Amino acid sequence: MTDLALTRRLSGERQHLADTAFKLATWFFACLVLVLLGAVIITLIDGSLLALERFGPGFVFSEDWNPVKETFGARAPMVGTLITSAVAMVFGIPISFGIAVFLTQLCPVWARRPLGVGIELLAGIPSIIYGIWGLFVFAPYMQAYVEPFLIATLGALPGIGPLFGGPPLGIGMLTAGIILGIMVLPFISSIMRDVFDTVPPMLKESAYGLGCTTWEVMWNVVLPFTRVGVIGGIMLGLGRALGETMAVTFVIGNAHRLSISLLAPGTTISAALANEFTEAVEDIYQSSLVALGLILFVITLIVLSAAKYMLIRLQSRAGS
Amino acid sequence: MAVTSALYRRRRLGNFVLLVFALGATLFGLFWLAAILGTLLINGIGAIDLAMFTQTTPPPGSAGGLANAIVGSLIMTAVGVVIGAPIGLLAGTFLAEYGHYSRISPIVRFINDVLLSAPSIIVGLFVYQLMVIHMGHFSAIAGAVALAILVIPVVVRTTEDMLNLVPNSLREAAAALGTPKWKVVVMVSYRAAIQGLMTGVLLAIARISGETAPLLFTALNNQFWSLNMDAPMANLPVVIFQFALSPYADWQRLAWGGALLITFAILGLNIGARALASWGGTRSGA
Repeated sequence: MTDLALTRRLSGERQHLADTAFKLATWFFACLVLVLLGAVIITLIDGSLLALERFGPGFVFSEDWNPVKETFGARAPMVGTLITSAVAMVFGIPISFGIAVFLTQLCPVWARRPLGVGIELLAGIPSIIYGIWGLFVFAPYMQAYVEPFLIATLGALPGIGPLFGGPPLGIGMLTAGIILGIMVLPFISSIMRDVFDTVPPMLKESAYGLGCTTWEVMWNVVLPFTRVGVIGGIMLGLGRALGETMAVTFVIGNAHRLSISLLAPGTTISAALANEFTEAVEDIYQSSLVALGLILFVITLIVLSAAKYMLIRLQSRAGS
Repeated sequence: MAVTSALYRRRRLGNFVLLVFALGATLFGLFWLAAILGTLLINGIGAIDLAMFTQTTPPPGSAGGLANAIVGSLIMTAVGVVIGAPIGLLAGTFLAEYGHYSRISPIVRFINDVLLSAPSIIVGLFVYQLMVIHMGHFSAIAGAVALAILVIPVVVRTTEDMLNLVPNSLREAAAALGTPKWKVVVMVSYRAAIQGLMTGVLLAIARISGETAPLLFTALNNQFWSLNMDAPMANLPVVIFQFALSPYADWQRLAWGGALLITFAILGLNIGARALASWGGTRSGA
C-alpha cells in the first residue's frame, strides 16, 4: 500500500517536472523569436558603426558611391529601392484587386480553388527564377516592344515625359518594378480575398437588394468596410517588394547613380548587397554595405509593422 | 423608364468594365505563371540528363553537371529544417497551448509575422556578421543556420494556427483522465494536428530551397565536390545565379536546367503541402 503510494507520488513528481520542463522549453523558444529580431538589429548596427561614424548622417543623403576613393553614400540605392517598389505597387495593386474581386465575387465556386492555387503558386516560384526569366525573356521583350512604345507616347508628354526618356535598354528600374509587381500579386491578392470574405453577407445582400451592381457593391460597401485590411495587405506586399533581392539584381542594371528616367539602370539596396558584398574587402566598404542593410531592415520593419497593425485592427473588429 | 435608361446603361457599363477587368487581371496573373513555367521547360528540358545528376559543376567550356550543387542544397536545406523546425514547433506550441494569458504572446506573434516577411538578404547579412566573420571563412553550416532562421517564422505560424484548430474538448477529455499537460500536448494536440504541422514543415522547405540571397554571404559556392559543413558548399540557387550571369553557353544551359529542377521541386512541395492540409482537414472534419 505504502509502496504504491510512494511510486505514485514519485511518478507524480516526475510528471510535474516534465510538465515544467516542457513549458519552459516552449517559453524559451518563443522568447528566442524576440531575441532573434533584437540580435539582427544589434549586429547590423554593430557592423555599420564604422561607416556611420566616418560619414555621419550625410551617408543617407550622399549619392557618391566610389569603392576606389572609399567614399560611400546611400542615396542612389535608397531611392532606387523606393522607386522600384513604387512601380511595383502602381502595377500590382489594381491587378491584385481585380484578382481578389474575381475570385471572391465572380468566379464559379468549382473554379475558385484551382484558380486561387494557380495565383498562389506565383509566390512559390523562387525569386532567382523571376530574375533569370526577367533577364533572358522579359527584358529583351521590354527593349524591343514596350519601351520604344513608351518613349514614343508617354515620353513625348510634358510633365511625365522625362520619366520615360533615354534609350530603351530593357534592363532598368521599370523592368525591375514590373517584375516586383508580378511577384507581389499573390501576397496582396490573397490578403484582399481574406478580408473581402470578412464582410457580413447581410451587408452585401442589402446593397444588392437595393439594386446595386457588383461594381457598386464592391466600391461602396465591401471596400469601405475592409479598407484597413486592404491597406494592410498592400503594405505587406510593399514590405516584400522593398526587400526582394535576386529578381531585382538580374534586371536593375546595377548603376550607382540616380536618373530621372524609369528606363535607366539603377540599383537598390538589396541588389547592391548581393552584387558587391562578397567583393568588398576593405572594412569601410563592407561596413557601408552593412549600413545599407540596416537602412533596408529599418524601412521594412516599419512598413511590415504598420501592415500587421492594420490587419490586427481589422481582425479585432471582425471578431467583435 | 426612358428617364432612367441613360443612368442605368452607364451603371451597367461600369459594372461590365469591372467584371472584364477582374477576369482580365486573373488571366493576367495566371499568364505569368504559364509564361515562366513554359520558358523554364523550353530552355531547361534539354539540360536535364543523367550527367546533370552525376557530374560536378564544370569549368567553362567542358561538360559537367550539377551533382555537387544538388547534394549541397539538399544537405543545407535538411540541416536548416532540422535546426529551425523544432524551434518553430516549440515556440508555436507556446503561443497555442500555454501563452493565452501571457504578456509576451502578442509580442511574439507580432514579431514573428514581421520576421516572416523580412528580407532574406538581411538574414544572410546577419549570419555573416554572426558566424562567418568569427569563423574566418564561408561555410555550409553558416548557410544552414541562415536557412534555419527563415524556417522558424513559417513553422511558428502554421504550428499555432493548426494547434488552434484542435477542439478544446479533446484536451479537456485528456486532462479529465489526469494526463499531465505536456502529455496532453504531445499525445493529443500534436497527434490531432499532425497533418497541419507537417504542412508547415513542407511549406518551410519550399520556402528555403529556392532562397539565394541568404546563401550568398554564408555558404557561398564551391566548384568541387564537398560534404564538409565547415567549408563553402555548392548549392543550386547560387550556382544558377553565377552560371546564368556568365557569358558561357554551356554554363547558361546548366543554369536553365537547374532552374527547371528547383522550380518544379518547389511547386511540387507547395502542391503536396496543400493536398496534405486539405486531406487532414477532411479527415478531422469527418
